[in-house]
Amino acid sequence: MKPAPFAYRRARALEEAVALLGEHVDARLLAGGQSLIATLNMRLSAPSLLIDINGIGGLDGIALKAGTVEIGALTRHAQAERSEVIARHAPLIARAMPHIGHVAIRNRGTLGGSIAFADPAAELPACLLALDGEIDATGPKGKRTIHAQDFFKGLFETALGPQDVLTAIRVPAATKETRVGFAELARRHGDYAIVGLAASARADGKGLADVRLAFFGVGATAVRAKKAEAALAGGNIDAAVAALDLDPQDDLQASAAVKKHLAGVLLRRVVKQLMEARS
Amino acid sequence: MSELPLNLALDISLTVNGERVTERVEARKTLVDFLREDLALTGSHVGCEHGVCGACTVRLNGEIVRGCLMLAVQCDGAMVETIEGLSDSGELADLQLAFEQRNALQCGYCTPGMLTAAQDLLKRAIDNKSVPSRDDIREHPSGNYCRCTGYHAIVDAVEAVAQEREKARAGAKP
Repeated sequence: MKPAPFAYRRARALEEAVALLGEHVDARLLAGGQSLIATLNMRLSAPSLLIDINGIGGLDGIALKAGTVEIGALTRHAQAERSEVIARHAPLIARAMPHIGHVAIRNRGTLGGSIAFADPAAELPACLLALDGEIDATGPKGKRTIHAQDFFKGLFETALGPQDVLTAIRVPAATKETRVGFAELARRHGDYAIVGLAASARADGKGLADVRLAFFGVGATAVRAKKAEAALAGGNIDAAVAALDLDPQDDLQASAAVKKHLAGVLLRRVVKQLMEARS
Repeated sequence: MSELPLNLALDISLTVNGERVTERVEARKTLVDFLREDLALTGSHVGCEHGVCGACTVRLNGEIVRGCLMLAVQCDGAMVETIEGLSDSGELADLQLAFEQRNALQCGYCTPGMLTAAQDLLKRAIDNKSVPSRDDIREHPSGNYCRCTGYHAIVDAVEAVAQEREKARAGAKP
């Protein structure tokens, strides 16, 4: 199908985008457009105005700043995939990148867009949750920072207000003790996951501490499996799999029972990655 | 700034296959529809219209994108290359020949997108002085659907060209 008619405006500054969002209640921000334009084409969304933020300066770029990695909202997936800073200091995001869509999608899609869209089967919201990351947003009252655990509210629902523009995400830079793992199952590489898992932990002697397991594709948002985290910190993989506190629903791809089984399979794979010494 | 009228159509100026193009387009028109309907470049195909099938793959500023997930108005000032341009320049003549020789197409609907995606992989491999493995070749066009061939012949064709080009590159060294 073709999109319903809409107006289009290139915002040149963040304040302009915020103001336009205030004046047009059903306006949508256009960043990479790799989800938005698909929903426009299918007429699942019919805004009166698209505010293109691609021309706003200072919203892209990847930087290591005082122990955190800051990634601008307009950073393309392809840029992050090739980034030395992300490979060295945010290895979980580096591992997740090749799973996101296909090359042509990653050339356009943005990290900020993926977080703001909050698809329940998307990789990056889970990474942010596993890394205890932060999200910067600018709205009519200025800039604020939201913790990942408070950001994802429900199905495609986030803590962003109607006039907020997501500007950057931040994750703690990896240390010598940081261990990360990532795995997902999809029918075709690059498609949305049936089930996926992004995990981080801290090496503690021969075991793991501060284990964070963020599953995606198993609920309305990415979710942490906290009982399994505790079991894993106790060193028992079988107990962690048995303790997986997930409540997936049947969907077009798999039944709830299959998803739960696959979550256990992924957990075993990811634990192997977590136990590997960091190279 | 907000008093400006909101436009449903805008003037854009871009380069398509090396030629300067200036047109007025509806904001809602996708890049692939603009290429096909306004410029009569019908080599880029419209398949799923939501970024899954890859039939609309074109090059934007040197990188492959989905023509159905870009708006034409976003391409103001950009450089777009379609299968017509890539074909006329001879850039993928060897790939086209290999597709023909190995029956890597039947109905041909996916072929322009498939060739454009394969050329992206091969160009990058040559830039990195590497030869893509069969797995790389399968992985890269995983975003391009072909409903006829079962993909084997496509992978064979791309692999053959990858090896020929590497031979040519290595042989060209002084």
